[in-house]
Amino acid sequence: MRPLTLRRLLLQCLLLVLILFIVVVIALKFGAVPVSLYALGRDVLRFLLGQTSQISSDYGLIIWNIRGPRILLAIFVGASLSVAGTSFQALLRNPLADPYVLGVSSGASVGAILALIAAPYLSLPSTLTALLTPVGAFLGATATIAAVYVLGRREGQIDSTTLLLGGVITGSFLSAIITLLMGTVTSGNNRGMVFWLMGNLSTSFQKSVYWFLGIGFFVGAGAIYTTATDLNLLLAGEKEAMHLGVDVRRVRLVVYIAASFLTGLAVSVSGSIAYVGLIVPHVMRLIFGSDHRTLLPTAAFGGAIAVVFADTLARTVVAPTEIAVGAVTAIVGAPLFIYLLRRRLA
Amino acid sequence: MSSSSAFARNTSEVSRPSAEPRLSVEQVSYAYSANPAQAPLFTLEATSFQAKPGEIVAILGPNASGKSTLLKLIAGALAPMSGRILLNGFVTHSLTPRTRAQRIAVVQQESTLLFPARAWEFVLQGRHAHGRSLRFESEDDVLIAKNALAQVGAAELSDRWMDQISGGEKQRVILARALAQQPLLLLLDEPTLHLDIAAQVGLLDSLRRLAAANRYTVVVVTHELNLAAEYADQVVLMQRGRCLRVGPPSSIYQRELLEQVFQTPLSVELGASGRPRVTVLSGTQP
Repeated sequence: MRPLTLRRLLLQCLLLVLILFIVVVIALKFGAVPVSLYALGRDVLRFLLGQTSQISSDYGLIIWNIRGPRILLAIFVGASLSVAGTSFQALLRNPLADPYVLGVSSGASVGAILALIAAPYLSLPSTLTALLTPVGAFLGATATIAAVYVLGRREGQIDSTTLLLGGVITGSFLSAIITLLMGTVTSGNNRGMVFWLMGNLSTSFQKSVYWFLGIGFFVGAGAIYTTATDLNLLLAGEKEAMHLGVDVRRVRLVVYIAASFLTGLAVSVSGSIAYVGLIVPHVMRLIFGSDHRTLLPTAAFGGAIAVVFADTLARTVVAPTEIAVGAVTAIVGAPLFIYLLRRRLA
Repeated sequence: MSSSSAFARNTSEVSRPSAEPRLSVEQVSYAYSANPAQAPLFTLEATSFQAKPGEIVAILGPNASGKSTLLKLIAGALAPMSGRILLNGFVTHSLTPRTRAQRIAVVQQESTLLFPARAWEFVLQGRHAHGRSLRFESEDDVLIAKNALAQVGAAELSDRWMDQISGGEKQRVILARALAQQPLLLLLDEPTLHLDIAAQVGLLDSLRRLAAANRYTVVVVTHELNLAAEYADQVVLMQRGRCLRVGPPSSIYQRELLEQVFQTPLSVELGASGRPRVTVLSGTQP
């Protein structure tokens, strides 16, 4: 018997922080303009010492104004999608649940696009206008998961096949809506269709957006983490969890809202990046086990690592042009998923 | 710490005279309908019985007689339409899920996990209601889980994966998780359904032993007439949503009554243990 201890949890997180650090260094180094490791190390040191004026302006521009913010975006988007996927899998008792597969990402996209279209017509102060897109995405995500949940219920029970079919159909319906909206409305939206359908991290935002993302992630993921042991019991079903003392209705409410919020947050800045919420939790579950006290934080780090890595590939494989990051995650994710599935069955 | 004292919630609980009932089911009825505007599909008519600490009650009856509904009402998972169910003076269905799980443990027919877990992880889940919502298991929790596994004779299964052990072994681990809850009331829904004869007898032997050692009140739903006769202190006989009779097996096991309830010719005689034994005459199992 080896129950989880705080020490083991911190060690696991530390390991993943190290891997994330290495991936971030790789992501800073590679790109259309190569940066030497020496220059990178020197500039990081100068940055930490506060001697920012000595940083060469070309490198400085690339590292701090282009790649750095983009990596930060990738970290929060990856962590959010991965935590959302982990919680959807536990709550819906479905190993194939993920914000993208269930259509929640598409729902968030529709919400975000509608917010972008509506923004010029509402005379709001600029700070509120900036919040309109994530709020729209959150509302879109919440409405979608509620719809898919209703579609997936048969005789009061969640039926996993019906749920997935409901999610896939809802997703394709919403993708059609996205295509329609993008085709008929052009005002207030400079991001293309591929952005919303496949995901892209190349947009740069005001500094406040990164703060909003970071705080939003910790609030959403923190809310989900308070239910970590409840989610463990929910793996055996809602009835059993209730008999073991889980307030199922409260947990369901907290987790659906928080997971929709995280999905909305990620989608509003990066569009729908596929499979991150599906693959990362499975990999982490194979490595660290299915205890959500470990799984949620490791999945967050794993998601960050995966998306930073995928985005580096997206930027460099056909540089100086780039491909959608969602295409990379789908190309890498789908075969890996099949491999995991086969290994489980063997 | 001896294994039985590890399971006693506190000493006053153990030393209290068992004259007053722990579980009291008072005129409980229930109606189930898919649509409130329609006539109910199933009704449970007013049912009453009482049980003391250490007692085993078997709820017996053919299919669709309301056995499982009665168990769900006792578990607090359903709210009765009328009447009430008291556990140590508290109405069960108005307790919070957490408090309820500290007092009532439910063993269901099957437990399927979405992702694989080891037996010890599974048993530790029984401690959930006793700690704060988010926390790490304490040494006490681990000790209680170990004792629970030992009490059902499953200590050697501790590190095995739940999806790689036999049905009988799994049933014992599920029972161990219920023991780890340190309940006052242990509810089992057809626990012997998928077990062979030896495992059935083994499970009920341990239930009787545990009920006596830990002063649990045990309520078992079952089809098995002879197992109920052998192990139960009280039998609640149900048919089509009605509670026909409550009493010790010797008063319930009468040929005419059982033939009428189970709709099959049978004979009742006294077994070697002094308890009634039922033989089905048409060659079908009761």
